[in-house]
Amino acid sequence: MASELNVPTMAEMFASGQKPEVLFWVGCAGSFDDRAKKITKAFVKILNQANVSFAVLGTEESCTGDPAKRAGNEFLFQMQAVTNIEVMNAYEVKKVVTACPHCFNTLKNEYPGLGGNYEVVHHTQFLKQLLEEGRITMEGGSYKGKRITYHDPCYLGRANNVYEAPRDLIRKLDAELVEMKSCKQRGLCCGAGGAQMFKEPEKGDKDINVERTEQALETKPEIIAAGCPFCNTMMTDGVKSKEKEASIAVLDIAELIANAQDL
Amino acid sequence: MQYVPNFLFVVILVIGIGFFTRNIFRLRRNILLGKDVDVSDNRSQRWANMTRIALGQTKMVVRPIPGILHIIVYLGFIIINLEVLEIIIDGIFGTHRVFAGLGGLYDFLIASFEILALLVIVSVTIFWIRRNIIRLKRFFKPEMKGWPKMDGNLILYIELVLMLLFLTMNAADFQLQQLGADHYVQAGSFPVSKYISALFADMSISNLILLERVTWWMHIVGILFFLNYLYYSKHLHILLAFPNTFYGKLTPKGQFKNLESVTNEVKLMMDPSADPFAAPAEDASEPEKFGASDVTDLNWVQLLNAYSCTECGRCTSECPANLTGKKLSPRKIMMDTRDRLEEVGKIMDKNKGEFKEDGKQLLDDYITREELWACTSCNACVEACPVSIDPLSIIMDMRQYLVMEQSAAPSDLNNMMGNIENNGAPWPFNQMDRLNWSKES
Ligand code: HEM
Ligand code: SF4
Ligand code: SF4
Repeated sequence: MASELNVPTMAEMFASGQKPEVLFWVGCAGSFDDRAKKITKAFVKILNQANVSFAVLGTEESCTGDPAKRAGNEFLFQMQAVTNIEVMNAYEVKKVVTACPHCFNTLKNEYPGLGGNYEVVHHTQFLKQLLEEGRITMEGGSYKGKRITYHDPCYLGRANNVYEAPRDLIRKLDAELVEMKSCKQRGLCCGAGGAQMFKEPEKGDKDINVERTEQALETKPEIIAAGCPFCNTMMTDGVKSKEKEASIAVLDIAELIANAQDL
Repeated sequence: MQYVPNFLFVVILVIGIGFFTRNIFRLRRNILLGKDVDVSDNRSQRWANMTRIALGQTKMVVRPIPGILHIIVYLGFIIINLEVLEIIIDGIFGTHRVFAGLGGLYDFLIASFEILALLVIVSVTIFWIRRNIIRLKRFFKPEMKGWPKMDGNLILYIELVLMLLFLTMNAADFQLQQLGADHYVQAGSFPVSKYISALFADMSISNLILLERVTWWMHIVGILFFLNYLYYSKHLHILLAFPNTFYGKLTPKGQFKNLESVTNEVKLMMDPSADPFAAPAEDASEPEKFGASDVTDLNWVQLLNAYSCTECGRCTSECPANLTGKKLSPRKIMMDTRDRLEEVGKIMDKNKGEFKEDGKQLLDDYITREELWACTSCNACVEACPVSIDPLSIIMDMRQYLVMEQSAAPSDLNNMMGNIENNGAPWPFNQMDRLNWSKES
């Protein structure tokens, strides 16, 4: 079993007069959702392994407001944003990394207009940079030659044009990256965005996550990789609905890397 | 009597262009019913986008078959219409092939017009087959019944007829040139119509002249008719694709604008020095309406979007909600916006330019709540649109109206928002437990 996680908070760091290199924005899913918490931990293991100086906000973190904004509640969104910005500015945050594309998009694009100016990166971009700087090493190990298909999260891909960082990481695992029929710019949504995660779908003839899972299954993958906690849930449910959970795993890129390194 | 045709021509030309101008003014007025929005930024990038996307057709060829067919029709149509300049001059002054003096260049131009015309005929025929024989799914969604369906075919028929008239006119002309008829100067090269002219080999000069004149007149009248047809059709895109791509969104697709009116209120609430019980200032204007329930709540770029829509359905065919049988169709959002805007415009026409409430609005009377709530905000529609239309922004503005003006969100979403307000997370977890994961094994 790996050693204890080392998760300093901003408050602790600040109290001891230190400033971390980067703030890890955990997000609501990453903090509370059982499946997403595993992704959070996997990412922290890598950060610890690479000796990255980071901190989290912990109990001072609050929802970015993304689901409220996409549901039409601009008021609630801005209240959340202004509160979070106050906290982050007080800690003089310069750089933020997050494993949630929704947080990523909101922090990066919608906070600057409200006074929150940070360099915001998605964890796949951050990991790729660690790799390029030689701070982590990756050998395929258990993933060598495995068929992995990657699902583009809308808020990472189309919304912010990040397509290659996650793919580069998968290739570095010596895995066989196979693309779905709709990928990159034309990637199909998992069905969770725009606050859909929190409501029942409208009447139709299929659930969106099932449609997307079918596209993934067409590639005959051993693993479906994702870069978003919500996509992860949707795809996991989709795989279950096809009764394929025994043979196909849905994993975040951070989990792939942590597993490959036996962390 | 000699000048009757010239006179008739000028009258038809003036009427045609006059009606067209009137429609352009009406179009402009309707679009400007939208709210103001500042799009004066980044002009160089905007020019580049227009050049690349509209002129260069880059997003059309994402789907190669319709993309290439369209480039042929688009280029063909623009280039062949250079000929219209000559037709107008000939019509006004009673000349014939006034540019014939260009000699070799003229031969080259006419020859290339003819070849393009043939290619346009082929492309338009394939377009027709895709709509009516292959019956591509994106042309057969519920919003494509009635006028939109007929419009799609009419455009193809009109283009086909115009091209056939052009070639027949040239064929008759060529034959007359061969026979050395008066007035028909030896000019032009006719690589396509010379084959058609073989059909006219037995015709007398007077019949040929009749044929040439009839096709000449029908061709120009047809073009003027087509010009005026645009306003009522998705074919308006041939003009509006250019401004629309110019004013298209430049920020990342995921970035939704922050409502300034809300920012001001939030600042006031967060400001410890503000007195919450202070009486509103005397000159306080009526609080701004949040979001959109009708077309006049949208901004003018969104309204320009609606008039620019080609009804191609590329957006709808990539929409995850539509793909899985939900009512939402981003194309329908654009078509509804245009239809409602037209309705508002007609009411204004009837009331000396003033809008009178008609008890209808864009929300519910055109776009239902069920459609609005089905959107995942995935931006697939925005990415798919070859003319830079943003249906998602309209959906989001209408959701804002539903939530902030009507408190009419689905109950699940109200729970989610209540949780964010109370616990800082969309689920009912305590903010104080946010770091518990770090201690769980
Ligand atoms: C003189 C200029 C143009 C002409 C004559 C023209 C003609 C046409 C015609 C005939 C169609 C119908 C095709 C069908 O039946 O499926 C069409 C569709 C379309 N046009 Fe144009 N067009 C012109 C300019 C443009 C420009 C500048 C754009 C900007 C990119 C554009 C974008 C489109 C799109 C997106 C469609 C729908 C295509 C599809 O079904 O995928 N057009 N156009
Ligand atoms: S953003 Fe909404 S309307 Fe557009 S494709 Fe996605 S779900 Fe459909
Ligand atoms: S919005 Fe764009 S993609 Fe959708 S139908 Fe109109 S032109 Fe086509």
